[in-house]
Amino acid sequence: MTGVRIWDGPSLPARVTANALNRRSFLRVGAAALGGMAALAAALSPLRELGSDQVPNLEQFLQKHYKQMTPAELEEALERIRAKVEKRFEVRPHLRDLKPMEGVEFGYALNLSRCIGCRKCVHACVAENNQSRTPEIQYIRVIEMPRGTLDVEQGTHHYDRPLVPDAEHFYLPVQCHQCANPPCVKVCPVEATWQEKDGVTVIDYDWCIGCRYCEAACPYWARRFNFAQPKLPKDQLNPNMSYLSNRPREMGVVEKCHFCLHRTREGRMPACAEVCPTGARKFGNLLDPHSEVSEILRTKRIFILKEEVGTLPRFFYYFDERYPNSLDPEAIAIADDLRAKEGAAYGCLPGSNGPDTEIIAAVTPQWWDGRTA
Amino acid sequence: MKNYLRFLSRCFRLSFVGDARYYAWMFLLTSVVLLGVNAYCKQLVAGLATTGMTDQVSWGFYIANFTFLVGMAAAAVMLVIPVYIYRNRELHDLVIFGELFAVAAIIMAMLFVSVDLGRPDRFHHLMLRFNFPSSMLTWDVVALNGYLLLNLHICGYLIYCAYMRRAPSKIFYIPFVFVAIAWAISIHTVTAFLYSGLGGRPFWNSAVIAPRFLASAFAAGPAFLVLTLSALKAFTTYQVSAKAFMTLRNIITVALTINMFLLAAEAFTEFYTDSAHGASARYLFLGLHGRTALVPWIWSAIALNLVAMVLLYTPLSRRVAILQFACVLLIVGIWIEKGMGLIVPAFIPTPLGEIVEYLPTRNETFVTLGIWALGLLIYTILVRITVPVLSGRLVFDRSFASATAEHHPQP
Ligand code: SF4
Ligand code: SF4
Repeated sequence: MTGVRIWDGPSLPARVTANALNRRSFLRVGAAALGGMAALAAALSPLRELGSDQVPNLEQFLQKHYKQMTPAELEEALERIRAKVEKRFEVRPHLRDLKPMEGVEFGYALNLSRCIGCRKCVHACVAENNQSRTPEIQYIRVIEMPRGTLDVEQGTHHYDRPLVPDAEHFYLPVQCHQCANPPCVKVCPVEATWQEKDGVTVIDYDWCIGCRYCEAACPYWARRFNFAQPKLPKDQLNPNMSYLSNRPREMGVVEKCHFCLHRTREGRMPACAEVCPTGARKFGNLLDPHSEVSEILRTKRIFILKEEVGTLPRFFYYFDERYPNSLDPEAIAIADDLRAKEGAAYGCLPGSNGPDTEIIAAVTPQWWDGRTA
Repeated sequence: MKNYLRFLSRCFRLSFVGDARYYAWMFLLTSVVLLGVNAYCKQLVAGLATTGMTDQVSWGFYIANFTFLVGMAAAAVMLVIPVYIYRNRELHDLVIFGELFAVAAIIMAMLFVSVDLGRPDRFHHLMLRFNFPSSMLTWDVVALNGYLLLNLHICGYLIYCAYMRRAPSKIFYIPFVFVAIAWAISIHTVTAFLYSGLGGRPFWNSAVIAPRFLASAFAAGPAFLVLTLSALKAFTTYQVSAKAFMTLRNIITVALTINMFLLAAEAFTEFYTDSAHGASARYLFLGLHGRTALVPWIWSAIALNLVAMVLLYTPLSRRVAILQFACVLLIVGIWIEKGMGLIVPAFIPTPLGEIVEYLPTRNETFVTLGIWALGLLIYTILVRITVPVLSGRLVFDRSFASATAEHHPQP
């Protein structure tokens, strides 16, 4: 039988395989091996720039899933995160793990007749939730919609007019709808994201593997991924944080709106609702018949976005029947006021010189001033 | 056991032995792999920001290649069926090359998913909390790993038997072959369900995705085998009969036709209905609001596939050179269709109607090329070992040297 032509080299194989490695072939093999090692080392060299906090230490590596941690282990994890934050931001954070409250299911209602598109909620959310500033990650997207449609594809995302609200448009803010049937939870391969008893879908940032399947699954484009190392200036850290909400994230994990659960589980309003200058945003307990949201659900003609995808959002929209053809005049007056006061910063695009600092003042809890304590 | 270890060590040594062209090819592949490793290290340091992906288009080149390769892996089964069910002896040995390619393709597919992860350091979380059966991604993990093991077992066993000069005992591989057939279909179906199960992405949310995946895979996989066999024929004395090529040609022709039909059916539904759900399809084929990044891609894919189809249907492609040409066209065409044509447009426009286009970056391309090169490297080594074993020159009771050099008289 004849041999395999190409792979049966005429001279080298015989010599190598005869176990008679003479000096020449030894040198040759050695040189090849050395060259290979050098090339590999060169290829791996970018790893030298890996920051020490980018490589998980053993404890972080072994940290369990949020739901599997015993209270003691959770406390250890919290302490670890506190230390890390303190090292990075030189602030001792007020970090804890807030559990859902009994008999509470959160819901949101948004009055589209009052939203003036000023994007204060967008900026307040960024300030409150310690998102990366460069690149800036935002949970809320306000879409400028032509009147007469609810098809978001006809909306404008990057409107940048100091004249909002425009009379021909209405403004549709979208954030995580905290679906009762959330596809994002269904698809996560490692259960890094789940729905809590109070209806908030949360993420264990220490468990997410960054596959972004949830991002593909969410019909409301509510999820954001940390494509780069999140950058947050030291003086912009909000030290009031909890494990499942706004503690600083790392690169490579997914995040999204969590209804400010570090506030709301203590009975306060989410930052976006608190900052909204027109009161378009109403937040509360759906299980409490006397809450404002329950009242709105009972009395207004509410609707949800993309009802056909079956996600059962806890985020409701409505128009005020009193003003079928325009925004609420009261809201327009507020907008006029703000425009006069804020000038160029008013209604600006996210990421541009927004009124971030002012917003921080507006949403910052009292003890913020004692931040170095 | 001792024999087996010796077999492995011989295989290992064999992979370093070859003539100048072999070394040149392996050197080229290794260099590209190292470039890929380098690019991946950069990605590890700076994050997935080194890719063209954004929150708007959150999956790109990596997942596209993953999808394509799962299909290629599944296609090995198209050779197995005629051999074991219809007892087509022509293709008997060739099955092994198909299954070896499945092994390489699965490894590449898994690497593509791995490089797409934001936190590869948490890979083990998959073992600790496995969201099965809810997440289709976990199904895919099971399917791919199972398929890899099955194929490793089947080829490994057959090759080892040839090496030991034993007739393979049917009970040790025939049942596995049948499981592998079903499994091959399942890996691609599960991968299709990964996309088609998402209600928020109307472009994917269609029942035809899974059949389309299978059809395109059953065209591209055998086409790749035609190219492999041509290489074997050109560079070795390994016998490949003309009939084998023609059987493959038939398989490819039928599969490609079905694929084109399904594509047309899909396009009809989207465009005739003309509902708001068709925005992604409109973006893909015609462009949307003046944004047309994908339009040239999809039309060149369609053109490539059509030309290949015409060639395959005419007697021209009875000439092996033409057949090879058609296979290259079709592989490229299907690669585009599955990648830029199927994964990316589902993200454009976003569920909130924003249009952000996607193009892979240089770094991302290097990582991609690196994985492809690694896959080809693995496949080359596997084939390099298999050929002398199957042709009876590497067997356990002969010296190693005889496998590589017996017919070359020593100087
Ligand atoms: S809006 Fe999106 S991210 Fe939020 S719960 Fe629903 S599917 Fe999940
Ligand atoms: S990105 Fe994270 S949270 Fe989202 S599906 Fe993957 S592992 Fe789960």
